[in-house]
Amino acid sequence: MPFEKFNDTAVPLMASNIDTDQIIPARFLKATTRDGFGKNLFRDWRYDNQGNPKEDFVLNQNNYRGTILVVGENFGCGSSREHAAWALVDYGFKVVISTFFADIFKNNALNNGLLPIVTSKSNIEELVSEMDVDKDTSIEINLEEQTWSFVDRTIEFEINEFKKMCLLKGYSNMDYLASKNEAINNFENEHIYA
Amino acid sequence: MNNKGKTLFEKIWDEHVVENRAGFPDVFYIDRHFIHEVTSPQAFEGLRKAGKPVARPKQTIATADHNVPTLNQHLPIKEMLSKIQVETLTQNCKEFGIELFGLGHQHQGIVHVIGPELGITQPGMTIVCGDSHTSTHGAFGSIAFGIGTSEVEQVLATQCLLQNRPKTMKIEINGELGKGVLSKDIILYIISKISTAGATGYFVEYTGSAIRALSMEARMTICNMSIEMGARGGMIAPDEVTFSYLKGKVHAPKGEEWNSKMEYWKTLYSDEDAQFDVEISYRAEDIQPMITYGTNPGMGIGISDVIPQDNGNGDISSAMNYMNLNAGQELLGQKIDYVFIGSCTNSRIEDLRLVADFVKGKRKAEGVNVWIVPGSKLVEKQAIEEGLDKIFIEAGFELRQPGCSACLAMNEDKVPAGKYCVSTSNRNFEGRQGPGSRTFLASPLTAAAAAVTGVISDVRTLIKDESYAI
Repeated sequence: MPFEKFNDTAVPLMASNIDTDQIIPARFLKATTRDGFGKNLFRDWRYDNQGNPKEDFVLNQNNYRGTILVVGENFGCGSSREHAAWALVDYGFKVVISTFFADIFKNNALNNGLLPIVTSKSNIEELVSEMDVDKDTSIEINLEEQTWSFVDRTIEFEINEFKKMCLLKGYSNMDYLASKNEAINNFENEHIYA
Repeated sequence: MNNKGKTLFEKIWDEHVVENRAGFPDVFYIDRHFIHEVTSPQAFEGLRKAGKPVARPKQTIATADHNVPTLNQHLPIKEMLSKIQVETLTQNCKEFGIELFGLGHQHQGIVHVIGPELGITQPGMTIVCGDSHTSTHGAFGSIAFGIGTSEVEQVLATQCLLQNRPKTMKIEINGELGKGVLSKDIILYIISKISTAGATGYFVEYTGSAIRALSMEARMTICNMSIEMGARGGMIAPDEVTFSYLKGKVHAPKGEEWNSKMEYWKTLYSDEDAQFDVEISYRAEDIQPMITYGTNPGMGIGISDVIPQDNGNGDISSAMNYMNLNAGQELLGQKIDYVFIGSCTNSRIEDLRLVADFVKGKRKAEGVNVWIVPGSKLVEKQAIEEGLDKIFIEAGFELRQPGCSACLAMNEDKVPAGKYCVSTSNRNFEGRQGPGSRTFLASPLTAAAAAVTGVISDVRTLIKDESYAI
């Protein structure tokens, strides 16, 4: 599905080094399909051991809503589980804003149409203080222009050109790789381990 | 133009580029692909929906490890979802023609233990698996890294991935390790210096005399945890230690093929004039037995140090709250409830031998549960042949059957909420070993010391000679 420009409000989760075990604990990885992981997103922060929602967790509060997740530094470290990206997408998030993303998580996010936006700590702090004043602060995400904006700020972000093209057009790596069949066969004729 | 030398990483990378086109990621060839039950079902489902076969079924190897029970493996799996996942792997392997080392197979085990011990992992290869600890295989001088399930599907369908070349980092450790200091302590020390994100975007090569002196299994422990500092992977140039480990392994090359592979393997080192993007060096003598105090693997200290103060961002305060510990306190003497010796980091025969050698004639402390989970059926078999099982039983330790077990607690092996576990695994994240569990990462010797004393102890005060340094 092509990634289009949109405006929405955001949900702040201001912890650093949020690892993939927090995003989706291992005991919820037992499914054999990609669906339904959203209900266990941030499971152990979101629910107590009886399964009751924890009132102080942001996803359980009504005041913050939206498809943009704003987090602290270094998001998605740890396990390679793509279930972390599936859980965020299944819950409804389309964008995560952090200072930094772990490599495997970033790939997994991009392969699922979830846009990771890297920005400075001060930009994130500025956004969050705007949201402290107005929880409905609207954020515009413009992938084509590689910008995100709120109030009177417009901030540029970097993204790999190829992945940008894939997101904008709704292409996948698989489509591209499948077109390389002949080159792969030729490569194997010369290759020591093929 | 200078004809500069290449790093080991660059040599292997360049050998595997099928197509390099400006503005596009490299089409990157994968030599060996390991799969397991947790991160593969959706990939097979994708192939099935698209009507695609597995392109090179002989280059993919499967095992069941993450979800399997470590007791009574001969019985049907009790937990229904785990059972379905393991059975799905079996069906998928059958349908798509992939070799499976499933439950009950003599070669079943943790994916990063069996690849090396069967000689499937070889120098100069590119190796991927839907598991971040795939970096383990880099110990043989291969480019090995973890991937997500969409990428598992891409490798199954095309034997290739789209990859942007990471930057390179050299970490050099020279000198001699002290008594009771193991390779696990080296890597925990490095991560404590670099932080949990410090190597993100880099591929690491470990060099130096302290690395050269390590056994193959000890090298795997180091490469295994590269991901815990954010690195895409870690590697060590192959040498005589590597070649003699590989020789005679089930899937290692034989006869003429061995000779021709050796010719290639001997070219696999970083040239003297090769340039790394970052170079760091440490002294082996500065490394003590290490222990983590917090909720990521970068939160580590020397065993006799005190927990540092929060640096202002709240990370340590929040970790202290979860761990029910205090900044400024020392961990020596901290009471513990569980000891877990296992995982793809430290479940190989050398780890079990070290632990057995240390605990022989000793007994576990009252009230402590000790689980020893071998990395594979072969490790389990060897441990029994060497009589290590008897030593463990006499010490009151429980020797279980192979699997990932309490490293990630997907099966029944969970540390209860609020309990402390000294673990030889690789992650101390909140809830990693079970909801509410509190993990101290350490070496197998430090874990064994805690098992017999019931508290976090400095193993150096409990051993007599130098023989525990590997």
